[in-house]
This record gives sequence, C-alpha cells and structure tokens, in this order.
Amino acid sequence: MSSPLSTPGGRKRGRTTNPSTPSSEGPTSPPFQRRRGQDSSTGDLMPMPTSPPTDVLSPAAPLDNSLFSSPRPSVPPNEVDMSSPLMYGTPSSRVEGTPRSGVRGTPARQRPDLGSVSKAPQVDLQSEPPSADGAVASEANAGQRLVIWGTDVNVGTCKEKFQRFLQRFIDPSSSEDENTGLDLNEPLYMQKLEEISVVGDPVLNVNCLHVQSFDAELYRQLICYPQEVIPTFDMAVNELFFERFPDSILEYQIQVRPYNALKTRNMRNLNPEDIDQLITISGMVIRTSQLIPEMQEAFFQCQVCAFSTRVEVDRGRIAEPAVCRHCNTTHSLALVHNRSLFSDKQMIKIQESPDDMPAGQTPHTTVVYAHNDLVDKVQPGDRINITGVYRAVPMRANPRQSNVKSVYKTHIDVIHFRKTDEKRLHGLDDAEQKLFTEERVQTLKELAAKPDVYERLASALAPSIYEHEDIKKGILLQLFGGTRKDFSQTGRGNFRADVNILLCGDPGTSKSQLLQYVFNLVPRGQYTSGKGSSAVGLTAYVMKDPETRQLVLQTGALVLSDNGICCIDEFDKMSDSTRSVLHEVMEQQTLSIAKAGIICQLNARTSVLAAANPIESQWNPKKTTIENIQLPHTLLSRFDLIFLMLDPQDEAYDRRLAHHLVSLYYQSEEQLEEEFLDMAMLRDYIAYARTYINPKLSEEASQALIEAYVDMRKIGSGRGMVSAYPRQLESLIRLAEAHSKVRFSEKVETIDVEEAKRLHREALKQSATDPRTGFVDISILTTGMSATARKRREEVAQALKKVIQAKGKTPAMKYHTLLEDLRRQSETAITKEMFDEALRALSDEDYLTVTGKTVRLLA
Amino acid sequence: MLFCSLKGKVIFCSYFSSVAFFKDRLKEKDAHTWVPSLNDVPLHYLKPNSLVKFRCFIQDMFDPEFYMGTYEAVDPSTKAKVLRCGKYKDVTECGVDFNSRSTMTAERHTFYCVPIPGESPWVKEISSSGSSQARVVPSTSYAPTRQKRSYEEDDDDMDTDTQPQKQREPHTEPHGNGDCKRREKEAPSSQAASASHLDLNFPLPGEKGPSCLLKVYEEWDGFKLNEAVEVFGILSVSPALSALADEDASSSLLDPAGGMETAEEQRVHSPPASLVPRLHMLHAKPLPHNNPLLPAAGLEDNNSAFLSSTLREMAAVRAELLAYFTHVLLGDALAAEYLILHLVSNVYTRRDVLPLGKFTLNLSGCPAVASFTERFYQIIQQLVPSSYYLGMTLQNMNQMRLVPKKDYVANRLLSGALQLATNTSLFLDESQLEQGQLDTTGVRNVTALGNLISWQKVDYDFSYHQMEFPCNINVLIASEGRSLLPSDCQIHLQSQVAPPDLEAYLGGIQVHPQASQLNKFRMYLSVARQLDYSIADEVTKSVEDDFVDMRKDDPQSISAEDLHRMLVVARLLSLSLGQTSLSRDSWLRAKHVEMLRRSRMEQNKCVNGNEP
Repeated sequence: MSSPLSTPGGRKRGRTTNPSTPSSEGPTSPPFQRRRGQDSSTGDLMPMPTSPPTDVLSPAAPLDNSLFSSPRPSVPPNEVDMSSPLMYGTPSSRVEGTPRSGVRGTPARQRPDLGSVSKAPQVDLQSEPPSADGAVASEANAGQRLVIWGTDVNVGTCKEKFQRFLQRFIDPSSSEDENTGLDLNEPLYMQKLEEISVVGDPVLNVNCLHVQSFDAELYRQLICYPQEVIPTFDMAVNELFFERFPDSILEYQIQVRPYNALKTRNMRNLNPEDIDQLITISGMVIRTSQLIPEMQEAFFQCQVCAFSTRVEVDRGRIAEPAVCRHCNTTHSLALVHNRSLFSDKQMIKIQESPDDMPAGQTPHTTVVYAHNDLVDKVQPGDRINITGVYRAVPMRANPRQSNVKSVYKTHIDVIHFRKTDEKRLHGLDDAEQKLFTEERVQTLKELAAKPDVYERLASALAPSIYEHEDIKKGILLQLFGGTRKDFSQTGRGNFRADVNILLCGDPGTSKSQLLQYVFNLVPRGQYTSGKGSSAVGLTAYVMKDPETRQLVLQTGALVLSDNGICCIDEFDKMSDSTRSVLHEVMEQQTLSIAKAGIICQLNARTSVLAAANPIESQWNPKKTTIENIQLPHTLLSRFDLIFLMLDPQDEAYDRRLAHHLVSLYYQSEEQLEEEFLDMAMLRDYIAYARTYINPKLSEEASQALIEAYVDMRKIGSGRGMVSAYPRQLESLIRLAEAHSKVRFSEKVETIDVEEAKRLHREALKQSATDPRTGFVDISILTTGMSATARKRREEVAQALKKVIQAKGKTPAMKYHTLLEDLRRQSETAITKEMFDEALRALSDEDYLTVTGKTVRLLA
Repeated sequence: MLFCSLKGKVIFCSYFSSVAFFKDRLKEKDAHTWVPSLNDVPLHYLKPNSLVKFRCFIQDMFDPEFYMGTYEAVDPSTKAKVLRCGKYKDVTECGVDFNSRSTMTAERHTFYCVPIPGESPWVKEISSSGSSQARVVPSTSYAPTRQKRSYEEDDDDMDTDTQPQKQREPHTEPHGNGDCKRREKEAPSSQAASASHLDLNFPLPGEKGPSCLLKVYEEWDGFKLNEAVEVFGILSVSPALSALADEDASSSLLDPAGGMETAEEQRVHSPPASLVPRLHMLHAKPLPHNNPLLPAAGLEDNNSAFLSSTLREMAAVRAELLAYFTHVLLGDALAAEYLILHLVSNVYTRRDVLPLGKFTLNLSGCPAVASFTERFYQIIQQLVPSSYYLGMTLQNMNQMRLVPKKDYVANRLLSGALQLATNTSLFLDESQLEQGQLDTTGVRNVTALGNLISWQKVDYDFSYHQMEFPCNINVLIASEGRSLLPSDCQIHLQSQVAPPDLEAYLGGIQVHPQASQLNKFRMYLSVARQLDYSIADEVTKSVEDDFVDMRKDDPQSISAEDLHRMLVVARLLSLSLGQTSLSRDSWLRAKHVEMLRRSRMEQNKCVNGNEP
C-alpha cells in the first residue's frame, strides 16, 4: 500500500502531513500511520492523484486495488476503492487547491464512528451504469454534477450549504445551556468556532434541528446519508475555520458531531429502515465494556525483501496480501503488530428509559460502540441521548459452514452523547428533555385558556377517589410547584420551590390510594412507607460493591426523587430519628451525609407528600389539630399544606359517596374516560408548565400576600392552632406561583393569592375551627364549602337577618315559621340546610341562639 | 433491481398464502387435537420443522432481531443464484451472498416462553389426554412406568436439604405423565450434562418442562410479559444453532470486537436447540384461562349453549362445592362461603391505580396440627388450574427471589416466584412463620407481597429503576392469628369439630370426591370467574340507600372501605350463583354474610383481647 497514496504527490496535498521532522519517521513513524489511518477510515478524504472534478473513476482505483488479493474473487478488480462509501477526489482536492497552512498543519483524526465498520453493499460497476453519469442526467446544474454513489448528495453543494449554515445561522430563542455566554443575535456556530480556536477542543456539536430549520434538504441528506454527509461537513468546517483563524493550532482537525436528529426518539421504534441512517435515541447506560483496541490498519512486512505495506481494515477484516509486490514472493508478508494502527473502541449497552415503554413489556437494549474520545464518556446509570449511525452486521459467514444464522447483529456507532441528567448535577433547573409536538402544545394552551382549568385538572387527579376537592387541588399545586429562585448571591441560598403536603386523617379515607396515584403520575416519584423505611433507606447508605470491592454510596428514596415527589405513607409510624432526617430535606433541600469516610451533600429537591394517621388512629374531635397530629412543630411548619381527611359522617355526603363507589363498580371504562382528562394529558400539562412557565409576583399580588400574612398572624395566636411564621408566607407565595402556573400565566395575580390563601386556610380547616376552643367542629366540616358556597351562605344569612329585623321586636320565633318566611322572601330556593347554616352564621355573630325548635334573639 | 424485488415478493406471497392457509386451518375447532403439543410430547419425538403447539407463558422478551427476510444464495452444486426466504427459519441455506442487493432485512422479536407456572397436574393430564391422537408414533421404549416416577421422587427427596422450598412443596397425586416424558427426553439427550448448569429460568422453583424461544413475526406489540398464550408454530431444533453458539463463544475470545455478547449472554440467548427449541410463530391466541375442561375460546362467542347450560347448573354445583368446602374447613360454612368467593374473584378492571374485583382472603385460625394448611392447599390445587404454595418460613422469605430481577450480565429477566400468570392462586402459608429476623431480602419480599395484595402489581427490579407490572393473582393467606400482610377480608375459622378428634378428622379430609364431581367443580370455578357482571340502576339506588342507612345507625363501624368490600362480595356472590347482574336478594345476602363475618371478628376480638 505504498504508492499512489503515499506518493510524494499525495503527501504534498495531504492535509495530514505532520510537521515532524523526517528523522523521526523511523520504524515507529506514528504521524504517517495516523495520516494513513485517517485517510482510510474516512474514505471520503482519500486524496486522488488527479483532481478533475468530474473524474470519479480515476486511474488510482485499479492501481490501488491490485495491491491486495481481493477477498472476493468474483468482484471486479477496480471495485474496492469505488466501494468505499465516498470518493470525493473533488472536495478534498479542492481543499488542497488553495493551500492553507492551518489545514495542512493539522492532522485529521480517524472517524471510525462513520467509516471503518461500514458494511455498505458493494458497488458493482460492471452491472450498473457509472454512478456519476446517472446522477449527471438528473442534475441540472452543470457545474455541480457529481453525486456520491448511491445517494443524492452533491459534495460541493452540500459543503457550500453547510458553510452558509455555519456563517448565517442565528437562533435568538436558543435556551440550551451549552449556548450560555454566546451572543444569541450573532451567528451561533461562528461563535462556537471561535470558542474552538480559543479552547482548542476540535469538536463542533451541531444541533440537527438548527440544520433543519435552516435547510430542510440538507437536513434530510444528513439524516439519510450520515456516512457521506458528515465528512463533507468536516471538510467544510475545517476550511472555514482555518480561513478565519489561520494561526490557530489544533490537535486534530475539527470534527462535526450532529445531535438531536429527530429521526427516532425511541429505541422501540428502530426498524430495518433506520439502518445506516442518523438517529437519536434516548436511553440509560447499563453496561460499559473495557477498552477494546481495534485495528484500523495492519502493517505487513515482507520477510524476504523487507518491503512493507499497509492494509486497512475492510468490513472488520484485514486481507493479508498474498504476494509481495516488490519481490513477487508468495505468502511472505508478516504482520508487524506494533507498527499497526489501532483505535479505541468501547462497547456500551443502553436500555430504553422506563418512561418510553409501553406497559407490560420489558425494556429493550441496544449495543452502542463509542470510538476514540467518546470512550469512557458515560457510566452505567447515566441517562443519555445518543446520536449515531444505526448498523446491522450479518453474522460472519464461516467458510467451513454453509449454513449461517440468518440474523444480523445490530449496533449504533455513536457520534454524539448527551447526558440528559447532566443539568441536574449542575443544579440548574429540572427542565426534563421532554419535547412536545406543536399540536400538543396547542391543545395544552387551549386547555389552559379555559376558565375552569384549575377545577378540571383537580378533578382529573385520581378520579377514583371521591371528593376531597381541596386536597386534590393542593396536590395539584404541589405537582406544579413554585418558581425556583436563587438568592445565593445574597447569602440565603436557594429558596425552596417545592410544596410539601401532609395528609392527616382517619383510616380508610383513601390516603394511600392518593399517594399511590401521585407516585404513578409523576416521572420521578418514590413511594415509601414510614413503617418499613429507616433513615438510611430515605437518605443514603454506604455499601461495598460486590464486584469492585469499593465503598459506594447508594442513594435512598429522598435523593432518588430529586425533582420529583417523595410519597411517604404511614408518616406517623416513622421513628423520630428517621423523621429528623427530613428537616434538612424539607427546607434546605439538600442531604448531608457523613458515613464511612464519605462526606458529601446531595441534592434532594423533592416535594414531600406524606400521609399520617391521627395519634389515636381515629381523629378525636375533642382535641385540637396539633394534639391530634402529634408531630414536632418544627416538622409541621415545613409542610405548606396540612390537610385533614376526615370522615364527615353526613347523610348527603354518604349518599354521594355511595353513588360514586357503586358507579365505580359498574361503569365501563369508556364512560369514565369521557368524563375526565386522561393521565397522559395531565402529565404533559404539568411537565409543560413546569418547564416553560416561570411566574413572577405582580405588585397587587405582593400587597395581597402581605395582607394575608398579617391576617394569618392575627388568627394564629389562638390556642392550639398552627400559628403563622415567615415560612407560611413563603408557602403562600409558592402556592400562588403554582396556581398561576396552572393557568400558564407568567404573572402571579391577586386571584392566585386568593386561592393560595383559601387553600391554606381550608387545609387546616381553620374555617371550621372554633377559635374559642381550638376544636374542629365536625358538623361544619360536612358542608365542605367552596368559596362560592360560602358567599351564598353569607347572602342567605343577611337575608335571614333582614327577615328577622322586619318582624320587629320578637325575642323568640318558631324555627319553621322563620324558614317559611325566608322562603317566601327569597328569590332562590332555600333548602333546610342553607337555612340551618344561615342560622349558625348568625349565631356565630352572637345575633341569635337556636335552642331546639325556637330561635331567640340576643341583645 | 426491480426484477429482484419482484421475485422476492413472489416468494413472500407464497409464504403468506400458506400462512393464511395454516391460520384458517388452525381456527377450525379441532385444530388443537391434530397438532402435537410441546407440552406433552417429548421434544425428541417431534419432527423438526413441523407444526407444533405450545401452551406457554411469556417470561421474558429479548431484543428485536433483524434477519434476512429474503436473501440470495449460491447453490453449491449448480452455482446458480437462488433467491430464498428467511422467514420462519433460523439458519440460511447454502452460501449466502451478503452483498446481493435483493437481500431484504426484516424484523422479528424473540420471546422466552416457559410452561404456565404452577399449572396443576390435573390440567396437564387432561390436556395431554385430549390431544393424544396427535402424538407422533412413540418409540418402543416409550412407556411411562410408575417405577420411573418413584425414582424421580426419591431424587427430589434427596434434594430437600439443599432446596428448602421443595420440601414444603407438597407432592401431590400422580404428576402428569408429562414429567416422565420429560425424564425420558433428557436421558437420551447428549446435552443432559449441560442441562444441569443451564438455568431455564422458571418462575417457580422445582418446575419442569420445556421452554422455548418464540420468534414472532408480526404484531409483537400485542404480546405482554406474563401473558399466557397458545402458540402454533414451526419447531426448529437445528443442531446448527447450538454449534454456532459454541463457535461464537470461542471466536469472541479471539476477536473481542465481534463479541458484543458476554459468555453468559450467549448461553441465555442461544441455548442449545435440543434443550430450548425455537418456535417460529404462525398463529397465537391468548389464553383467557388454562382450564382444559372449558372451551378454549372465551365464553362470549358462539358458546352460548354451553354457557346457558352451565349457568343453569351453577347454583347446584355451588351447593355441592359449599358442602365439600365446609367439610374441609372443619365444618365452618361461613368460611367455606368466603373461600368460594375468593376462588372466583378476578381483577376485572383498574381505576387509575385501584384494582377492582380482587378479593384477598385471610383465613385465620387455621389449626396448627397435622399440616392442615398443606392438606388444604392440595385440595385447592385439585380445583384451580394453576396455583403455588409459598410457605412463609423465615428461610424462604430471606432467601427466595420473589420479585423478578433483571440480570444485565446475561441480559435477561431472572424470574421470581411472583411472576405468575393471570388468575394463579397463590397460597401463602403463614403458619410456617417462626421466630427470627428478616434480613433485607426478607423485608423486600414481604413488601412485595404486600404490594401484590393491595395493588395487584409487582415492581420488577431493573437495578437502576423499578418497573411496575400489573398482575391478577388470587392470594389466599392461611394463618393462625391475623396475618401480618394486608388482606381484603379476614375470616376466622371456627372449627365445629371437637379438638380430640381433630387429628383424625384432618387425616380424613383429603378424601377426594369423584373425578366427575371434581371436574364439575373445576369447571364451575373457571366459568364463574369469567362471567360478565352489571348492576342495574334500581339496585344501585337501593345499595346507596342501604349504605346511607347503615352509616346513620353507626357511622364508626362502616366506612367507604366496607362499602367497597360489600360491593365486591355482592359481585362475587352473584357470580358464584351464576347471576350476571346484582339482584336485591344477592345484595341482602351479601350484607348478611358480611354481617356474620364481622360479628365473628368482634367475637374473636373479645376472646383474645390482645389482638388488634
């Protein structure tokens, strides 16, 4: 393999000529090996001795091929070089045409991810018309008539387009973290090139979506023929780069790494049509292999005349030259290992991420090969997006066996890794890489525009659980969460944005069911039971890895649910020491660990949804809220909302409950579907709001919050109540923010604050707590009134007052006559319950008292 | 090019038409009789590349594989290029021209299938006798003798020290002759030695039977893990497969780049074909039940005659069964009633996370003498198509793998005892509990059991995350006191037998009814479970009224949960009587039964005051 490629002519043009002195080119001569390796593996960069733009079948090809004894005798001799995926003498010669020191001084690096493993069907030039001709016919442009065989890619056009893309593409709305610090109104990739010239890391990551929005045709070609197009991109970018920064010194030539190809998002959708195309899939790394040195080029030396030759790997095999070209001795060539060229390779197995999977099936796995500097970039457990070329390799035909397994092995040659959870480690934000289609976003926005979206979503939450509207609303707000604020500059650190909720109530009020539902709804949820979990199980523990015998930190439920919700059932059954762990998590949202020499602080930005039974397992109406819950006050104050789930023991409620339960048992699945939003919709809605909506407080809202807080301080001084702390103000803010997120509103307004206040009050049933005694009055709870109902009650009470006042000075009245009177006066229908409530309201005002069937006026 | 692809299509077409032909034939009623079954005919009696059927359970799903749908091969004798089809085959013929452009790549999926876990011996027996005519000419040596079976049992007894759960697994009545065949099958196989170290990954310990790799060519998305299916397909036992596997393993050492699979993975994904045959699926139908006494196709279609006749008899059969159970449960009729309800229960739907229709029964107060629970299980095993006895000994809880776990080295799902098919009866014997400490595994196992009971789901362990698989398993807990596991319903057994006679009585309960009666019971339980059910509006109203009234009387004693249970009891009671809608009578009866049970619980609470 000496001539024509390593002829002086080739070397002169070779962009890869190493500046090292000839003296170093001893038997080791790595620079030249590297250059050769690059040429061979990329294929496309193969410099042709002559470079007329239209000449594909250059005489170099037959010459080249005659060196080897071809592995397949039936193949025509001139085929090998033609078959290499690309032959653009043209582009590469063009590169050389205008000699630039920068390009020439920089060695190109092999791209085994694209070339060497290629199993493209061989071109049979005998049976097919010369490829270029056919293409010429279709191509109107006379100047750019050459396309790569088997594709419709014209190298020149492709390169030009890509250079134009690099020079012109601007994405003002870019929000990727990689682009931070770049001026969004300048061409994005030119800035990146500049960055490369400064940093010296010769990798240019290109977002395929950008390419698509810039030039759909180019994008299509990139997706369909990555093996041909990406090297063209490489060339284009290098030309451009060295034109711009002629003096910069790079270790290698720049490689283009496209990512975010929209071809396939899901491993399950891969099918034979994706073979040899550029795909992006997401998954989780489950295994990585040791580093595998893969031979790229074998170095053979003749034992007779010491003539040496190099043979590139071809479809995973090295064809040993049978005859020495120099002395014509047969079978005299021997492989010299330490002059052969190897590249790094690693086998990685990735598994479908659990979110992508249909129910009832096991996750698929795919083999991925990483090459060169991508080796060891990922560890098992990482969630990554991979962009690469999908390959299928037939099981190797064995000469001794006529039958082979008719199965291909498939793998992906990776071009680009992107860790999806990297951001979490940087502690920036939780923006899950969830993409929404246009239509989906539209539907979500339509839904958000509805005036009753809040009620709708709340009722869609756990539809099988009856009523408890406010609790569902509270949980809904928890799912949305507040806006994350960073005050670390002023020394306060992060403000907690996650809402914590405690459900406390009688046994059998479907608390566990609610928790289970939430756990199933959120993408990163954990469910633990206070009874079964220890402090260690919640936080983290250190154990010895059975394989490596090293101490490793195993994270517990709280850490695992970072950016999710941690559902803790049987909260009251937890031991005190376990519960104390929660203090840090629930306010600072970190977890400090000092165990077995491992001292660290982990992020645990989790919302806690806890369920507890009252201390006597049944709610004791004779006791105050605090006495019933019996949890340390420090912990209680960390819950934004504490809901009491009580058994109301009311006939009307029972009836509705019975109806609900019975219908649960006989309604068909479809009937229910119609009534509520489905879980997927809810999930998307929440994900969208969490990602894209970051509401800020408006002026009026701030005022309303201040007033609310002052009010709360006043009320809270009553006996046995949960009194207000600055924490409560914070939680009000969080709730208001969450509520405006529900509306997809960027601004927190007064209605949000109103709702936050109402929920907060409702949560503790403070409206139902008799301020004189601090007891919860169950009979008031049964009404379970909403804000509008309360308003109506107020109106009825006022009307009743008028009726009584109209009667003049009668100290006592019959209950029934009064009801009749009120009914006569009122425009709307007055039920007995409403009347009772009005009476109660008035008696609360100390206006009257009710004893049996008589109503007495006071004062 | 055009020509080639056309030719390829022609071949495909012929295949498709033949597939259609087979499918039509298989839909015929007697299809199951003339196709030999892998379940009961030993593998070496089956012709390679012939049509067989297999009643199986999808234990694992492997990655999809791409194969050569059509390919061009060179005939070694004539040197002519021939276009061939790779569908329904494992190996290619002749020299394949990999570079031919008429090669078409297609996709197929591989499922790892095992016989239905915990299938009762009587099911095997009946289904194998049903298809006896399909048996391929047996060789002269083929004679299932009693001697062989007893030899095998000895074998098992010797194993008991090493395998704790086996010992608890009651050896029941004659194992179907399937086992003997299995034994026979292994003996002549040269692979017998290698079989010992090849783990066939059965969910339950001590299971036997053929497993196979099922190749699915279409509509693979319709299959679910843990589904029971009856597959008709082409059997492939080409020795080339195992040979290839060996070669690959050795070559992977030489060429690390080629060996993307570890040795373990190789062993699991391409086991010797003589042990794990490949089955290329032509047609499959999901099994709503595996009771051979029932018509295979569900009850809904074209079996109305069968259905109506069974429905008419149901009340009578129920009475007989009740009497039988009352006898077994020491004369406790109420417990017997609940046992029937439990056995016909079925998760018929799920409302978000809530499974509806499950009815886990905790039978407390089981006498601790004369291995009552084990005898009791044997009786249940005689009646239900599949079941599993799990003695909750400390050792079992701490050592058994209940929850399936993904083994990333071998890239397969290691099965666990809770990977069970729909409607399997899981018998938890809590009377085996002893003093001691549960370790981490034990705690995890108990949690898994609790989850199974409360939510009818099992969280499979994928080491980096857990994945939830819904299931439908009837759990029956036999305990002395109240069970430590949750349950939908607890009933305390009240023995009507005087303690001195207990031993003798228990010794006698195992007397089986006649075969015809047993079959009636078996059929009854399976049919009742499959019936549809509805509640009419009037009844709904009265149920609601009843609930409100009950709450009015005593709001503390009856909660939403009680209503849930009562609705389930009413449903099961109606179904057990063969009624497909709730009548007022059944509702009252359900209420009555529940009341009796509750009052017994109260009583019991008073007797041993320390019980919560």
